[in-house]
Amino acid sequence: MKPISRRKLIATGIAATAGIAGLTTADRIARRYGLIPPDHGGFYGPGETLTYAAQRILTAHSLAREFPRGMISKSPFANEVAPPNAAFLQHQAAGFSTWRLAVDGMVARPTSFSLSDLRALPIRSQITEVVCEEGWSYVAEWIGTPLTEVLTAVGPLPQARYVVYSSIDGLFWDSIDMADALHPQTLLTLGMNDGDLPVRFGGPLRLRVPRQLGYKSVKYITRLTLTDSLKHFGKGLGSAAPEYGYAWYAGI
Amino acid sequence: MASASTTDIPRHTALVRVTHWLTVISFLALLITGAEIVVSHPRFYWGETGNVNTTPLFTIHIPSSRDTVPTGYKTVMPDQNGWSRYLHFQAAWLVVLTGLVYALSSLLNGHFKRDLVPAPPDRSWRAFREVIACYLRRAPPGESHSDVHSYNVVQRTSYLAVIFILFPLVIWTGLALSPAFDSAVPAAVNILGGRQSARTLHFFISISLVLFLIVHVTMVALAGFRTRMRAMITGRLKPTLPGSQAGPQPQPQPQLQPQQELP
Repeated sequence: MKPISRRKLIATGIAATAGIAGLTTADRIARRYGLIPPDHGGFYGPGETLTYAAQRILTAHSLAREFPRGMISKSPFANEVAPPNAAFLQHQAAGFSTWRLAVDGMVARPTSFSLSDLRALPIRSQITEVVCEEGWSYVAEWIGTPLTEVLTAVGPLPQARYVVYSSIDGLFWDSIDMADALHPQTLLTLGMNDGDLPVRFGGPLRLRVPRQLGYKSVKYITRLTLTDSLKHFGKGLGSAAPEYGYAWYAGI
Repeated sequence: MASASTTDIPRHTALVRVTHWLTVISFLALLITGAEIVVSHPRFYWGETGNVNTTPLFTIHIPSSRDTVPTGYKTVMPDQNGWSRYLHFQAAWLVVLTGLVYALSSLLNGHFKRDLVPAPPDRSWRAFREVIACYLRRAPPGESHSDVHSYNVVQRTSYLAVIFILFPLVIWTGLALSPAFDSAVPAAVNILGGRQSARTLHFFISISLVLFLIVHVTMVALAGFRTRMRAMITGRLKPTLPGSQAGPQPQPQPQLQPQQELP
């Protein structure tokens, strides 16, 4: 009996050591390549980390599906948002000519852009689908300045890992990693379906992140902050969403 | 042979039992959270897009957790999508990893071949009809068959369909709902006819899995809930009454070498 139990003990020991070494290595690789989401703590942390890491590896350079013009939805739907605050109404009265997008944080040249400054940068359009976590969706054409053009203009510092973006009301704010920030389809959206972006749909300025669910595409953007850590933003979970119980990463 | 446990017949391997219960836990979590997510938009569409401004394929007549959905009810349910989505994907990971372990080991150790693929004489509609007829007469189908402790052809086919058709389909249609996954593998959603079709299919495949669950639990209850549960927990089945083993058996019951047979 003894030799068997000793062999078993050794085998178990080796398996446990390999397991722990494997997990430690996986953790180190995940940290090294930024595969751990800011809301990785708590009961749902393992699933969230697996999803984010797997999708980051799988979708490194992939493009969201684009659709032919004929598939643009005739009747798109926009969720209700909080009533506009006084600052928004002032900008609206001025035809949004006073609207500013401040870009700060880990950048070489902090800059404040007006909407016409943004229009002076290269403009792209894309026909992509807005996908709500609730289940509904629509296709629209989105016209605007790729975020990567704005980032090139301000010169991100090499240690920047996230772009934090917030809405004029300050309540809605979110962040994306550099993979999404530098993605060619991530668009500071100014127009929709050949017209100005309607207020209902986030006008005058919405950050469209088409590889993630609609709630990552925050409306009424006034500020971008580049950072190497999300710890000091809100509760440190990366966005307002996890504070309401929703995941930071919304690629699924 | 004196103690009761040595005469017990081994039924389920530790691997089958552990993966079975992990699947039960994950599936129930997926089912509850999936239902919660449906409540936020109980309308289903076909094609690429769909929202409250478009005509649904069908609507589930329940109150919604969003006041933007016209349901006909004044009640707006509480929003449960945050934790439901977190748990849905965590449980999805658990069931996918469990399924991979189960499927790979069952291919390697012969569990599929031995216990689930119907034996050659049973691969006929006739064999199928015989078992169904037994069920309809409410006679235990095992008695008319070679081995009372083995699954009959209907059970085998159902399990194989769940393992190799329904689970892969529910995973595929679920992945097709991920905009990031679709950016890497656009065919996953395009083949299904678009995002809303994928969502509707995901719903119907889940319903099929629930129907399987209902029939499965009913059959377990009819076959003897306590003994079957005991078998799936401890791995062992108490020998049935001698009379029930007296049916035509090509092979003698290998009672003396219980390790050989794992029905």
